[in-house]
Amino acid sequence: MDLSAIDPMLLLASLMAASTPVLLAAIGELVVEKSGVLNLGVEGMMITGAICGFAIAVESGSPMLGFLGAAVCGALLSMLFAWLTQYALANQVASGLALTMFGLGLSSLIGQGYQGIKPPATHDLNIPLISDIPVIGPILFQHDPLVYFSIALVAAVWAMLKFSRAGLILRSVGENHSAAHALGYKVVRIRVLAIMFGGACAGLGGAYLSLIQVPQWTEGMTAGAGWIALALVVFASWKPWRVILGAYLFGGISILQLNLQAVGVNIPVAYLAMAPYVVTIVVLVIISSDRKRVSLNAPASLGRVFHASH
Amino acid sequence: MTILLKLEGLTKAYPGVIANDDVSFEVKAGEIHALLGENGAGKSTLVKMIYGLVRPDKGKMTFNGEVFQPAEPRAARASGVAMVFQHFSLFDALSVAENISLGMENPPSRRELSARIREVSNDYKLPLDPNRIIGDLSVGERQRVEIIRCLLQNPKLLIMDEPTSVLTPQEVDVLFETLRKLASEGTSILYISHKLEEIRSLCDQATILRLGKVIDSCVPSEQTARKLAEMMVGQALITPTRKDQKTGDVVLKVSNLTVPSSNPFGTTLKNIALAVRSGEVLGIGGVAGNGQDELLLALSGETRVAQDEISVDGKPVGNLGPNERRKLGLLTAPEERLGHSAAPDMSLVENTMLTAAVRENLARNGFLRWNAAKDFAETIVKKFDVRTPSVNNAAKSLSGGNLQKFVIGREVLQNPRVLVINQPTWGVDASAAADIRQALMFLAEEGAAVVVVSQDLDELLEVSDQLAILNEGRLTSPVATASLNMDDIGLMMGGGAQTEMEAQHVSS
Repeated sequence: MDLSAIDPMLLLASLMAASTPVLLAAIGELVVEKSGVLNLGVEGMMITGAICGFAIAVESGSPMLGFLGAAVCGALLSMLFAWLTQYALANQVASGLALTMFGLGLSSLIGQGYQGIKPPATHDLNIPLISDIPVIGPILFQHDPLVYFSIALVAAVWAMLKFSRAGLILRSVGENHSAAHALGYKVVRIRVLAIMFGGACAGLGGAYLSLIQVPQWTEGMTAGAGWIALALVVFASWKPWRVILGAYLFGGISILQLNLQAVGVNIPVAYLAMAPYVVTIVVLVIISSDRKRVSLNAPASLGRVFHASH
Repeated sequence: MTILLKLEGLTKAYPGVIANDDVSFEVKAGEIHALLGENGAGKSTLVKMIYGLVRPDKGKMTFNGEVFQPAEPRAARASGVAMVFQHFSLFDALSVAENISLGMENPPSRRELSARIREVSNDYKLPLDPNRIIGDLSVGERQRVEIIRCLLQNPKLLIMDEPTSVLTPQEVDVLFETLRKLASEGTSILYISHKLEEIRSLCDQATILRLGKVIDSCVPSEQTARKLAEMMVGQALITPTRKDQKTGDVVLKVSNLTVPSSNPFGTTLKNIALAVRSGEVLGIGGVAGNGQDELLLALSGETRVAQDEISVDGKPVGNLGPNERRKLGLLTAPEERLGHSAAPDMSLVENTMLTAAVRENLARNGFLRWNAAKDFAETIVKKFDVRTPSVNNAAKSLSGGNLQKFVIGREVLQNPRVLVINQPTWGVDASAAADIRQALMFLAEEGAAVVVVSQDLDELLEVSDQLAILNEGRLTSPVATASLNMDDIGLMMGGGAQTEMEAQHVSS
């Protein structure tokens, strides 16, 4: 075993890429939950996005088209959930679990012919000058566009929720749907839009896995990333910036454990493989241990079925 | 005076009920118009039609001389109709300014909005800080938020649904002053309330609804409150009475009860002490949000406390759960009827089973005796005049007043040693309220100890022997009710907050 074989710079450089799928899925789910809907189908939408994006990129030869397609497929799948919960008034937990099952099955069906193929490569953005800065350049400024897009998306969601009227209405619907309805806001329509946004983000996250991070298609390749995204939202107490923190923590430990495996640390692989999940959850539980503050941020109507009584 | 709103033949039917049947009346500009009626008389449906939440099946509305058919609240607001809801339509986790902005069509920028909130709130003597979070405000302050939200839209018609049921007497005075000022400036007010004395002192005109129809109209100040109540109910009213006042040993004793609230916006109970004797009714007053919910949870056993902080007949019960306390005769009925006192989607029989299984032997060897539960449910329905097609109907299908009668009947008929009840007649009409109060008094006559938590001071004065006030989680020592009048109680209730409000009142 030789720990010095791990290059800390490379480790940090791959951290951002490793965190991006979870980050994308989590920021989408954050918006969904802020509108008062609990969609447990993130895993299913991610894996569907992964295979749809992969297939479209392979067929068209354009990774960007692949990402676009993944977002559309994720949103389409989430509309199934939206229909079940918002129009058929089905239980959100059960519908979300069903969506995950359905997504896993659907993705392996679509993925039949795509095993072992390499997708077209997505090129890193090489910004002249700043990406050539030693140390900081490779760590921060030599990534693919999706990494920067995910960070910009978090910033946009944060600003939207905090400063815009649309964000205020979204929060109000999640906080008290009856009051929002009484004021004349279209609760169901707003929620459906939020659910579709969440689906598109999860789809993008999945496609990032299959097109950039791995990059190939294997069945069940999300391996619980969707569930981590869900946990991140809760532990980040519904704050966008904390989602980044959690996602990067998760990504960082994932990369670290892979490197440790590579240099042959004397710990059973199973423990190393579970480390990112355990550490992320433990750290976030500690961050969010102030129960009072968390329940202050939690959308009060989260998971409740809304039915206009008149 | 010109006519602002004219309703002609408004009809709205729901499956099985006609909520409004050919309702016609008119509201003049600058008039405070009362809408009176029992629960289920159709008042709420009527104002929802005016506010665009419900569409009439038939009939015509004219507003300000033009045909008025608001398709949604937005349209009604644009025409100049504003509404303060019975259950506040506020968002706890958002600030005052955010809440107000949500109720406006084209809100100005945050800074400008905050300035306007301050300006209007000073004009109408309703001081309010735009940056505070709603969850931290008292009920009276929340109502101010609702009113100011309406005022910022310069409404021509302001609809108020039961605005005073949660206010202290002094807060009511401030509210009435605001409403009179508004009316003098030409705004019409449509005012729904069960409190007839208030209507007599405030309103210029009253329309009385019964079973969806307009029964009568009158000038309230020319009628007695009793006459108004009888017009609403359509029959003579009985005043609850109580024969003897014999009290026995202390049954319920609470000492040193200190409980932190589980709700981030809740109140911590501080060092509560009380003792209730057999045959005695203790009234606990105070503005909502001063620890009533927490006290109820601690007494019912939903929140466990130290063993000897609560005792029944000398037995410490603080660490016991609700069912074990029921076994010893401590029964409770919480305020929230649907979802707390009763499971909305379960039938009355099932709801009976839920709380009465222990004391009425409705479960034997782990098996449920549905026939016995059904019999008991039918007894409740009969004795408490609960109007329902059958005991197999879901709890949520009953109107608020009927469900309240059921919930209270269910506990009263279980022959409790101690009955703790929160808001026994909240949202219940005059005749049902009288029945409920009478039942509580009978219960005390039979030797039970009764604790009534309520915000309705008239009610507390009517039913209780001793009165104590909850204020910021502290309970004042009980005072014999016979020696009190309204003003004393208002002062007991208000505490520090009241003097502060009056100070602002004077300074502005």
